[in-house]
Amino acid sequence: MIEFSNWDILRNLLFAMQWTILLSLIAFISGTSVALGLTAVRLTRNPVMTRFVKVYVELFQGTPLLMQMFLCFFGLSMIGYEISAWGAAILSLTLFTSAFLVEIWRGCIDTLPKGQWEASRVLGLSFLQTLRHVILPQATRVAFAPTVGFSVQVVKGTALASVIGFVELTKAGTMLNNATFEPFKVFAFVALLYFALCYPLSLCSKYLEKKYHVAR
Amino acid sequence: MSLVKLDQVHKYYGDFHVLKGIDLDIKAGEVVSIIGKSGSGKSTLLRCINGLEEYQQGGISVDDKEVTSEDIQVRRLALSVGMIFQNFNLFPHLTVGENIMLAPTIVLKKSKAEAQTIAKAMLEKVGLGDKFGSYPEKLSGGQQQRVAIARALAMNPKVLLCDEITSALDPELVGDVLKVLEQLAKEGMTLVLVTHEMNFARDVGDRVVFMHQGKVWEEGNSKKLLSDPETEELKQFIGAVL
Ligand SMILES: Nc1ncnc2c1ncn2[C@@H]1O[C@H](COP(=O)(O)OP(=O)(O)O)[C@@H](O)[C@H]1O
Ligand SMILES: [Mg+2]
Repeated sequence: MIEFSNWDILRNLLFAMQWTILLSLIAFISGTSVALGLTAVRLTRNPVMTRFVKVYVELFQGTPLLMQMFLCFFGLSMIGYEISAWGAAILSLTLFTSAFLVEIWRGCIDTLPKGQWEASRVLGLSFLQTLRHVILPQATRVAFAPTVGFSVQVVKGTALASVIGFVELTKAGTMLNNATFEPFKVFAFVALLYFALCYPLSLCSKYLEKKYHVAR
Repeated sequence: MSLVKLDQVHKYYGDFHVLKGIDLDIKAGEVVSIIGKSGSGKSTLLRCINGLEEYQQGGISVDDKEVTSEDIQVRRLALSVGMIFQNFNLFPHLTVGENIMLAPTIVLKKSKAEAQTIAKAMLEKVGLGDKFGSYPEKLSGGQQQRVAIARALAMNPKVLLCDEITSALDPELVGDVLKVLEQLAKEGMTLVLVTHEMNFARDVGDRVVFMHQGKVWEEGNSKKLLSDPETEELKQFIGAVL
């Protein structure tokens, strides 16, 4: 049996962590883009479109991320779409992230007083002008903190990609555990690395919350 | 010539009949005070005049153009009807100057320099020439309301609708705002104000409209109406406010 030093374990974990970071980044960026699109759709107030966004949000918020990942991975290949573990992870994390962000942002937009819309309207601003010059500048300030806060959920969500065989931090931990039989040590390292990723994000979110809370 | 004209206007919120056949004729340069108990439909009336609420029967016209709540109509209407709200509704993320310049630049397509000149002039007019770069939150309620007036004036409206614009203010700040309104009245601005300031309605206003249960219950010359009300309801109302 090969001997693993602490450094060997850490080195392998750090290598796998790159994939966790990359997966998180891609999922967050594409999730944000989809959420932006869905938010725009929701803001048109078209009843059919609004209904669609609502169902979308309920669907992906109301089912476990793990099931979504299974469905993307096994489900898609069963109906004839070959998809890699990497592709399935990105797809399901994007759906998951966007569903939550749409809902978070809805809150940020809807908490703005109705008077802001009315004042804009009586000044002659169109719907889009109101959105661009009055609503979004205020809503984005409010949305910053909870959005960054949610990114922690995305990072932790990537761990589930391990069950469809994608080698990221968690999967690497499981593999190293099988090789070393030192579960406590290995998973303590894994946890520590997740913490190192997530803690700065929550700190940042808290900072933003304070900053923009005072500014309002 | 009448600037604002309402002809048998009926308005419902669902099954609730709020305005029950309102007739009103407001001439250019007139100062009309709308008084009445809370819930009598005063705000709804103002909001119908500028298209914020739709009405179900009758007709409203401003400057001989019919008012509907179609988005595009409201926007055209905004060019002749200004409105000021009880709680100011300034844009908190913009400075005082930017608040005033926003609509002239993006709606009237004025150049930035031109909008700035207008904004400064309007701020002078409401006595806040030194607040151009301040954020609304740094101002007192009375100052914020005067900025809101300046913001409405920058669009050069023909009539200004004011919905209880001094009701949210500390008593000592009310005077400054009323002074601005009085000045506007003197300059010939058409004002329609929902107000509880009876002294102002009597001394500055030309006409008082008393609303009761969704109807114009009594109306007439402000001095006469307030000193010598005809209906029992108006007598009671005046008795309760004074
Ligand atoms: N958006 C609304 N939906 C339903 N009822 C409303 C709405 N706005 C006002 N009302 C009702 O219409 C009536 C008149 O309201 P309003 O015009 O605000 O009265 P006022 O300004 O004279 O106090 C009140 O009974 C009020 O509860
Ligand atoms: Mg009211």
